[in-house]
Amino acid sequence: MQTPFLMLSTIAWRNLWRNYRRTLIMLLAISVGVWAMIWMTALMRGMVDQMIKGSINNLLGHIQIHAPAYRDDPSIVNSIEPPGPELTDSLNRPLIKAWTSRIRVPAVISSERESRGVTLVGIDPAAEAALSFLSESITQGSNLASADAPGVVIGRKLAERLETRLGKRIVLVSQDSDNTVVDRGFRITGIFEAELQTTELAYAFVGRDRAQEFLNMADQVSEISLISDDYRNLTHLLENIQATAPDLEVISWDQVDPYTGSMLAVMDGFILVWIIVVFLALSFGLVNTLAMAVFERKRELGLLQALGMQPGYILLQVLIESVILLLLGLLAGNLLAWLSIVPIQDGIDLSAIGEGLELAGMSSILYPVVEFSDIARANLVVIVLGILASLLPALRAARHVPVDAITRP
Amino acid sequence: MYSVSCRRLCKTFQQGELAVHALADVDLDIDAGGFVCLFGPSGSGKTTLLNMIGGLDTPSSGEITVAGQRIDQMKRAELARLRLKHLGFVFQSYNLIPVLSARENVEFVAQMQGMGAQQRKHKALTILAEVGLQGLEDRRPAELSGGQQQRVAVARAIVSGPELVLADEPTANLDSATAEILMKLFVQLNQQHQTTFVLSTHDNLIMNYARRLIKLRDGRIVEDIDQT
Repeated sequence: MQTPFLMLSTIAWRNLWRNYRRTLIMLLAISVGVWAMIWMTALMRGMVDQMIKGSINNLLGHIQIHAPAYRDDPSIVNSIEPPGPELTDSLNRPLIKAWTSRIRVPAVISSERESRGVTLVGIDPAAEAALSFLSESITQGSNLASADAPGVVIGRKLAERLETRLGKRIVLVSQDSDNTVVDRGFRITGIFEAELQTTELAYAFVGRDRAQEFLNMADQVSEISLISDDYRNLTHLLENIQATAPDLEVISWDQVDPYTGSMLAVMDGFILVWIIVVFLALSFGLVNTLAMAVFERKRELGLLQALGMQPGYILLQVLIESVILLLLGLLAGNLLAWLSIVPIQDGIDLSAIGEGLELAGMSSILYPVVEFSDIARANLVVIVLGILASLLPALRAARHVPVDAITRP
Repeated sequence: MYSVSCRRLCKTFQQGELAVHALADVDLDIDAGGFVCLFGPSGSGKTTLLNMIGGLDTPSSGEITVAGQRIDQMKRAELARLRLKHLGFVFQSYNLIPVLSARENVEFVAQMQGMGAQQRKHKALTILAEVGLQGLEDRRPAELSGGQQQRVAVARAIVSGPELVLADEPTANLDSATAEILMKLFVQLNQQHQTTFVLSTHDNLIMNYARRLIKLRDGRIVEDIDQT
């Protein structure tokens, strides 16, 4: 005996449209559910993506290269030599979009009125422009012109706390490579505004060469930071760079900042929970629709068995009906999601409602991020759990005793 | 050789505390190629006996052999296979698949048996023409009259050339002219293909066509009349 798959599919398809209102309502429910899964996931991904990119832009980079003890003691004693030819070749490969080396040491900044602890960052402004926020955040004065530019750039909030302003002098105090306390006066040549006030309070930027001279570091640096095409897929790159710098610690952004790194894992879990919750709401409708369809057709299903159809094929027929319903719903839901995401690809302005977003490290413009894996997961959950949910009414259909079904009034 | 053989067949329905004996110790042998009519008042056990023979219902006790196979101990899947290969059913209330056309209803059984598309289509159209439904092949059951639907049901029952056709009051919803056409078709199939027919009825017309009449009352065979 052959599997009458085509005939079963024909019957399933036509059965769906016998009660077209019920089918359309169920299709609407599935497609809205799938749309909600994909659309909300895209927004949530966008939110996390922005938070991560914000952190990466905040001197984190995608990968950092340090002295092995630097993370435990980020002081001048854990500096490294500038990259040698082999590491430089590795850093100049096309996969890496930009890289720079920095000085980063703890320091005290003092105005004539106040003092604060900060991180003194010595940068090469030309290379830094592609890696961090600074070049686009200057609101007063100008950015450092070069690695040996004489001034200092500080945050607006730090200037307020120090009761100083553009053009005034401040003094930076730190330890040099001999553990001698050194200090030097710098004129404020630029003031930046960041998304977070903590960023504005945290850093004082000077030219890298000036910092090396000030701290007696010769040409040593604290870290090398780089960015690639995608902050998610760094394993291969990490391995390659580590191979060219075996004595250094080569780590990804999520190891440097585990809190931000954990956001990705948390979001993956949250998205799965969200998809399953939406599906559960859907599944009640799906199971109810199929259960009603099976109940209404009890006589016909009994007839099919009376004509010699195996109970397994009855089950298959109900499942085919469910799969058709799910596939149509998925198609409509995906289309709806695409239609609703395309117009907001340039971002949704949340400034009217999103004052608190800055605290979370996000800008007021939210850009949806659609990942194929999220779409695949939503579709997979709906189709797999949908079929599982349909098994109950399908099994009931297959268990009908033919004579009971046929003699049913 | 017997097409159907029943031994001490009993079927008891429990209605609350009351046990209703729909069939009680029925012994029956039906020859292959026979044309048998079960008759008797309502509630005498005709339909129950047909359902037992067709494997649609299970006996409370006793043995049933159909087409050489004991069916009283068969599993549901085995019974379904038996029905598909050896039996044809005609129900009182047509019982067509409403979403399929007349031709598709007839083809359905043939397709489950694995008949090729061209062959089953040709066969379905031929049989529908034989039962007088030429030109109505693509109509769905709702677009056919009661008599036309019953003829589709007959065509479906015989399309795969079953050894045994069971018909439960097949003419109950038909006018006498249509009923007569149907009975002539049954007789023709019985004579040409040696198909065994077991019908239940109240209708004298059917009884006139049958070669053997079995009267049931209170679940027992009370008369067995040879009309040859």
